[in-house]
Order: sequence, then structure tokens, then C-alpha cells
Amino acid sequence: MEVLWQSDSALTVREVSNGLPQNLAHTTVMTVLDRLAKKGFARRERDGRAWRYRPAATREAYVAELMLTALDQTGDRTAALARFAQSVTGTEADALRTALARLEGHSSGGDTRGL
Amino acid sequence: MRELADATLLAAVAVGSVRGASALAGASWPRRSPATAILLWQALGLAGGLAAVGAFVAVGVNDEHPGGVAAGVLTVARRFASGRLASRGEAPLLTLLHITCLAAGMALLAVLWWMLVMAFAVVVQARRRQRELLTLLAHGDPKAPGALVVDHPAAAAYCLPGIRSKIVVSVGTLDLLPPAELAAVLAHERAHVRARHDLVLIPFTSLRRAFPRSRLIARAHWTVALLIEMMADDHALRTLVDRALVERGQPLPARELAMALLRFGAAGPSCAPEGALAVGGGEITARVDRLLEPPPPLPRPAQAGIILASALLITSVILLLVI
Repeated sequence: MEVLWQSDSALTVREVSNGLPQNLAHTTVMTVLDRLAKKGFARRERDGRAWRYRPAATREAYVAELMLTALDQTGDRTAALARFAQSVTGTEADALRTALARLEGHSSGGDTRGL
Repeated sequence: MRELADATLLAAVAVGSVRGASALAGASWPRRSPATAILLWQALGLAGGLAAVGAFVAVGVNDEHPGGVAAGVLTVARRFASGRLASRGEAPLLTLLHITCLAAGMALLAVLWWMLVMAFAVVVQARRRQRELLTLLAHGDPKAPGALVVDHPAAAAYCLPGIRSKIVVSVGTLDLLPPAELAAVLAHERAHVRARHDLVLIPFTSLRRAFPRSRLIARAHWTVALLIEMMADDHALRTLVDRALVERGQPLPARELAMALLRFGAAGPSCAPEGALAVGGGEITARVDRLLEPPPPLPRPAQAGIILASALLITSVILLLVI
């Protein structure tokens, strides 16, 4: 997939194989590309007797989709993921910042006492 | 007449569960023993739902026969199958009432069941998509052993529960947290994965979808979610304390976890979408307070009493339905 993202044009299986750092069998690369196409991550088009593959969306778009679910900014908490904490805004965020500053002050105070 | 007595008792249990739930939502003891409180929440939810369905159905099958509500449903089903809507010598208005109540009970049961199935389906689908995206995008990082790392500047840490569970952190998290705090976050997520906390939350999510306007259900959902986080905090501390005993001189893990929480909460975007905090809010503050000044857990007899009460509640509803 990285190879597809780095290329400007659609690539054949051979071209993807050549772009990979490790040496993989032609059929392996073909299977992987076929699976990517089936899952909708890559689009493929006929070019003579071979298929040419291009990414369906940019890497950034997928990262954005992943993070949108991860940060759960819709406020509709689904049970699909267990998040460590939601970030907050406004007065609550200010209160947290104050508490953080107080705690950090404590820890540096503790360190000097330790010395 | 027996069905009417059953119906009254079941309705009383349903109303009692709602009353109990609103009392529990306002109680302060759950933060002392989150696991016990979650058990009581589950018992109240299950008993309330079953009793509400049962009360309607009990009125609906008001028939002269031995056995409880469940047997009554069978009798009525047999009668419907033979083509008779009314039982012998029944006034038409009464028949209408019975059929309406039966239909209402069955509809409620169907909605609750369907919403539960849907909630599971949504979760399974969202997780599959996340897993596919992670396969494409995530990579390992020596800074976060055992976790996948996604290249994004915002702070996010979560786990994808399931049979092939995954813990994910963003590069933003690695930049935000010192190593000890990151270890605390990872321990928290591992606790979620190990105890399958996600399964506890799904029924409450489905209830919330079924009744989106109920304030009580929204509060119940929020409270249970918070209690689950507190439980994971406790688990994480226990594993971290074990390790801290080996590596002496480490600062207290409770403080690390609290600091990580504060950093996470304060690191958010400067403007959140409107209404995102409609029900939530105060969650991080509650967890931080609890970590820094841990309240004593409930005494053992009190915990045992709550567990016994939960069991009795469920048993009584089942007995009312079956006998």
C-alpha cells in the first residue's frame, strides 16, 4: 500500500513488486493487491492483459478516518473502542490545566527535597 | 385473577427498578466499589426490562389456566393458532384490552432485543473497519511496547477489544506523555482488554439507542461507562504497583495515571463540536480525584449485601415469569 501511495500513477503488480524493499513472489503481491481492491482500499483498471492499481484515497484520509473514530468527536460514545480519556473544552479544560500545573509543581518540589 | 396479581407484581418490580436506578445514579458509594455498582446496574437494567415486558404480557394472557406468564403465552398462542382471539365467554372490549397489552409487551421485547443485536452489529462493523485501517497505517514503536502507533499529532489512546485485541496510541500521545505515564495508560488499556469491559457497556449503549430521549438511561449509560473506567484505573494501578515493587524508587503509579489523565483532558482541540459534552463532563475530574485521594472500598458485608440483592432481584423476576 505504501508503494501505491508514493506513486502518482496506477501501478501494475510487477511495478509494485519492484517498489517493495523485500523480494516477494509475484503471486503474493497479486493476492495482496487483489484483497486491497476487494476491501475498497485500492481501485483497479484494465490495461491490456494486466491490472493497474491505484489507492482509493490518500493515506491522510485514512488516518483522519481512523482518528475521527478514535477521538469520538461526535459525542456519541459507542462501545466499539475503549478510550483512555476524552479531551474536554472550556472551563473544565482550564480546571484540568490548573490541576496539572499544581501537580507538576508538587513533583518538582518533591525532587528538590529529595536532593 | 392470578395473572393480574403477577402483572401487578411485575409492574411493581419495573417501577422499583427505575426508582432504584435513579437513586443509584445519584449515589456516591459506587466510586468506592465500581465493580459491585456495575453488577447492581446490570441487575436493575435486566430486571426492569424483563419486568416491564412481563407486566404487559401478563395482562395480555389473563386466562384461566395453571402456570405462570410463560405458560400463559403458550396457551394464548395455541388459542390464536386455532383461530379464536377471545377466550370462552369473554366480553369483546376485554379481548381488545388483552390483545393490545400482549402486542405491547411483545413489541417492547422485540425492540429491546433488536436494539441489542444492532448494537453488537455496529460494534463488530466499526471494529472490523478499525482493524483494516490499522493494518494499513499503524506500526510498532519501541517507546510503546505492545501497542500499535498511528502517525497523528492529536493525543489518542484506545483499545480495540475482541479476540485479536489491539492497543493503539497516536504519535501525539507519545509526544505528550513521559514514559512512566505512558506505561500507566497502556496498563489501563490492557485492563480493559483483559476484563472485556466492552461487553458490559454494549447493553447500556443499546438501551440508549432504543430510548434516546430518556434522561435516566443516558445517565445510567454515562455512569456505567465512568465506573468501567474507574475499574480499569484500579486494575492498572494493581499491575503497576506490582512492577514498582520490583523497580524501587519509582514514583507512585496513581499519580502517573492521574497526570496522564490531566494531560489528555487538557490536550484537546480548542473548540469541540456543539453539544459534545451534553451528558459527559466532569469525567476526568472524577477519575483524577479518585486516583489522588482514593476513597475506602465498601466494607465486605455491604458488598455482599448488594450482590445478594442483585441476585434476588433477577431471581424474583424470573420466578414471577415462570411459576
